[in-house]
Amino acid sequence: MTLLDMRDLVVTYQTPGRPPVTAVAGAGLSVERGQIVGLVGESGCGKSTLGKAAVGLLAPSSGTVVFDGTPVAPLTRRARPVAQRRLQMIFQDPFSSLNPRRSVGEQINDGLRLAGHRRDAGRVRELLERVALPVDAAGRYPHEFSGGQRQRIAIARALAAEPSCIVADEPISALDASAQASVATLLVDLARELDMGLLFISHDLAIVRQIADVTTVMYLGTIAEHGPTHELWARPRHPYTRALIDAVPRPDGSGRLPEPLPGDVPDPAAPPSGCRFHPRCPLALPECAVRVPERVEIAPGHSVACPVVKEPLTISLRPVP
Amino acid sequence: MTGLTGPAAASARPPFPGSVPGPVLDVRDLTVTLPRRGGARMAAVSGMNLVLRPGEIVGLAGESGSGKTMTALAALGLLPGGARTTGEILFEGRDLLSLSQRALRDVRGRDIAMVFQDPMTSLHPMLTVERQITDHLRHHRGVSRAVARARALELLETVRIPGPEQALRSYPHRFSGGMRQRIAIAVALACDPKVIIADEPTTALDVTVQAGILRLLDRLRRERDMSVLLITHDLGVMSSLADRISVMYAGRVVENGPRRTVLTAPRHPYTRGLLDALPHPEEETSELRPIPGQPPATGAAPAGCPFHPRCAWSRASCAERLPDLVELEPAHSAACPVDPFGPAAPVGPSGPSGPSAPAGPAGPAGTAGPSFSPEVPA
Repeated sequence: MTLLDMRDLVVTYQTPGRPPVTAVAGAGLSVERGQIVGLVGESGCGKSTLGKAAVGLLAPSSGTVVFDGTPVAPLTRRARPVAQRRLQMIFQDPFSSLNPRRSVGEQINDGLRLAGHRRDAGRVRELLERVALPVDAAGRYPHEFSGGQRQRIAIARALAAEPSCIVADEPISALDASAQASVATLLVDLARELDMGLLFISHDLAIVRQIADVTTVMYLGTIAEHGPTHELWARPRHPYTRALIDAVPRPDGSGRLPEPLPGDVPDPAAPPSGCRFHPRCPLALPECAVRVPERVEIAPGHSVACPVVKEPLTISLRPVP
Repeated sequence: MTGLTGPAAASARPPFPGSVPGPVLDVRDLTVTLPRRGGARMAAVSGMNLVLRPGEIVGLAGESGSGKTMTALAALGLLPGGARTTGEILFEGRDLLSLSQRALRDVRGRDIAMVFQDPMTSLHPMLTVERQITDHLRHHRGVSRAVARARALELLETVRIPGPEQALRSYPHRFSGGMRQRIAIAVALACDPKVIIADEPTTALDVTVQAGILRLLDRLRRERDMSVLLITHDLGVMSSLADRISVMYAGRVVENGPRRTVLTAPRHPYTRGLLDALPHPEEETSELRPIPGQPPATGAAPAGCPFHPRCAWSRASCAERLPDLVELEPAHSAACPVDPFGPAAPVGPSGPSGPSAPAGPAGPAGTAGPSFSPEVPA
């Protein structure tokens, strides 16, 4: 059974006096146990909104989120349903996701209580050790730690609830390069070791390429391409996937400039007609402005929402001038 | 701010060596100290040397707290209150550290301009784009409003803002992050500066937008023979733009050299560690290898080589003596007496957490040598 399953999700933000913004417009993805799913796209593509809807922090206006066989209920003022405690979230900014006025140990104990346990200093120590923090961290406060260490505290707190799935929203983008690598490695190790599902949301394609089993590429609220990570990188089919890959600067000393993608992500309150990517697409045909492309499976587990491209885009779309 | 000359400054190189064009910016033995509670001082930058030639892009790499930004702020006279400096920062032969605030105001924005990480905070939200560009021009160049406006329009075209006429009348919030950064660059270019200091100019942007800004900076330096001091922790960005790279750790330069050399055949274990910690888009299987431990807080660098507690190749002597930056080959120097990746016999990493044996000699290719162990000590 699929661990976390999102289907045809639509999430709309309503602001009084403004047109509603549909940040997620019919997207879906699934996470299996022990699987690492990378979710990538530019800022404003709806990937964080999708992540929040996955854990019930946002209520979708249509579509379903099912975790472990039970529909995920959007959070209300009441306590979160016990069935959802195994679905945990890690946020981008460990400076605001931890309570500055409570000790690290107390905050990890919160997770334990959620899992139905009593306060347990021994277990807290184990968790701190597991995330490679000094055991004396339990009595200290978040401000005493660096960004990378704080993110480890947030991970320990999530682990205390004995999760079977973690949604991590840009968990490493606020960290320094070497801390990025160590926090990403920690999350991967935990997913493998505890047979957890991990939805890893990031704008950093290079890191997703390195750690994710499958990758979903999102553009303006819809899913452009989804497939096994190595396949997607080696043989991308969607022009947007190709453009994202071309834009990543390589630390190879070559002095080669990455390829920009012209234009910005359009305003989701007024998305382009037809294929949402067509105004920026170097391969767009007149029909792309009219017809909404359907995502079709082109190989087992590899699907793409572009009717124009029939062959893998193994070379860059814009040669270096 | 005082321009006390450090004892080592006298040993510096001649200002205009031979056939190479003279530096436009020459940082000599710069030290920046900040006050600490209780009256003591801590060093944010120590013994920094850096040369920027016309039309050149020099990168300053390192983690947060390594002193990259402090170096830039010192050049602009924008250090936080209480900061003290020694050494020299020569701009066209004049020491910026000994200039009065008034004289510095003339240099800042006119000869040396800065582009910051977040264009939303560096642009004034209540002023039109036109005002932000023309204020600069009118102050430094004393030109008429009409001339300044024509120049502003030209600048927006240079940085490729669509609809420049309308953009001049707009406020910063109307633009996306990438467009705002283009506007911030237009503001920096207003007085035709000789040097632009760009502090993490693309860190807040998406890769697709970042690529456009990198191309813009590269085009500007080619077209205008402008020099750029590029500060970033992103070695991918560094690799795309910089001609030479200085890697900083705990306030000191630990390695510097040509881009290709530093990124493909680094000689300092810290540079190597930074590279190993990166995902390499071209390699499919390699795992991430983080540098164990944490960088020290400002002013809390350990004795000896500041990197030794995190270094897989450190020896007992590393904890005692602060290594000098030594020239290994022309234009390439590193501050590591162990030199584990040098042409001399490769040395296996020492210490309990190091890998048991190096995978092979680290030749100039620099991709096959020993790496850090992925373990992070508790």
